[in-house]
Amino acid sequence: MNERPISENDLQAFVDDRLDPDRRSGVEAYLAENPQARARVGRLMALGSDLRAVFAPIAAEPVPPQLDLARLVAARRRPRVPAWQAMAAALFMTVGGLGGWVARGSMQEGTSGISALAQEAKANYVVYAPDRSRPIELAATDRDEIAHWFSDRLKRPVGVPDLSEAGYHLLGGRLVATAHGPAGMLMYDDKQGTRVVMLIRSYGDGGDVPMVDHIYGSIAGCAWVQRGLGYSLVAAADPEVLHPLVREIRRREAGAT
Amino acid sequence: MQLMMLLVTPLIPALRRYAVSLLRDRSDADDLVQDTLELAITRWHQRRDDGSVRSWLFAIVHNLAISRLRQRRRRGGSHLPIDDAQEAVLAMPPRQEAGLQHRDLVRAIDALPEDQRSVLLLVTVEGLSYAETAEVLGIPTGTVMSRLSRARDRMIQLMDGEAAAQRPALRRLK
Repeated sequence: MNERPISENDLQAFVDDRLDPDRRSGVEAYLAENPQARARVGRLMALGSDLRAVFAPIAAEPVPPQLDLARLVAARRRPRVPAWQAMAAALFMTVGGLGGWVARGSMQEGTSGISALAQEAKANYVVYAPDRSRPIELAATDRDEIAHWFSDRLKRPVGVPDLSEAGYHLLGGRLVATAHGPAGMLMYDDKQGTRVVMLIRSYGDGGDVPMVDHIYGSIAGCAWVQRGLGYSLVAAADPEVLHPLVREIRRREAGAT
Repeated sequence: MQLMMLLVTPLIPALRRYAVSLLRDRSDADDLVQDTLELAITRWHQRRDDGSVRSWLFAIVHNLAISRLRQRRRRGGSHLPIDDAQEAVLAMPPRQEAGLQHRDLVRAIDALPEDQRSVLLLVTVEGLSYAETAEVLGIPTGTVMSRLSRARDRMIQLMDGEAAAQRPALRRLK
């Protein structure tokens, strides 16, 4: 009764068991007379069941909680966490994650004093230096605006040091939060892509504190206070790499009135 | 929302399996399925009423997976090395013999061109109809059929090749 010749599509649909009974018996009759086609169809059917056997266990696994639809729907109904809260959380987590570093700092001088300066710089370094999409908010081309922004929030004139003579070029900066109020963060890099983060904030009542090195694993920091401004430099490098930069900044700041 | 929960929830294990089979990484796949579900929640009312929910969801997974694979390739990551990937990612059957066969099969799937692989997985493993598969991939049903046929023959070829390569050279004993 099957006048229509058996096509490749019929054979595929036969393998997948998707033919109506009439057509199926037509294909069966065809296969009975064609041993080569029969062998091929047999292998294709075995291939199908092997594939299903390989992948079946994945669908049998319990669905992870992150894919719980009811939870995802409920999460949509809740207002979204504002970006600044998420950022603050990230910052705290980073500080927490630096347990050893924080603990050492706090044992020495608590979360105040010059070690707090270094801590803040390191926390910001860890968050922003590896950020590929937006490590800074204002680029080097907005140098004047950065200086104005920082000066405005720190309530005193703050410059944006030029470190190009030392081989470091300004990428830009942003205002960041610390437990001791706003701080200006500047980011520089050299030709090899080594990033240096500098943090500036108000410190004490106008005095000076000599520079202190902090070395923690592969990250080094230098912090000091100059005329009531706390400075800290951080990079994934030796402190010796930072020292020329520190000298340069101190010299410039001393020269500025 | 009630209807959506009812229709989408039972499909999640299969969506996850399809994502794993394309990405070969469970945690990438879980993230991808989560993105899919988030999209499904927000776009639920924008979907075409005449299409099947299943092919709509598989299409989202498919398109997200393809763009992730492209990103991976751009980043130079390309495919995970097969030996690491298949054993870590796809549960190994306990028996060794089955394990070897399983390995050949996964290798052969990896060697398929991407467009053939999707068709083969959607039809054979996920059990989508030819029409649903066409809808997921945005191609005519005729194209589904020809890719399916080519994918299957290529699989057999690849697996025969693997078997031949693994067969130790026979030593003639006199």
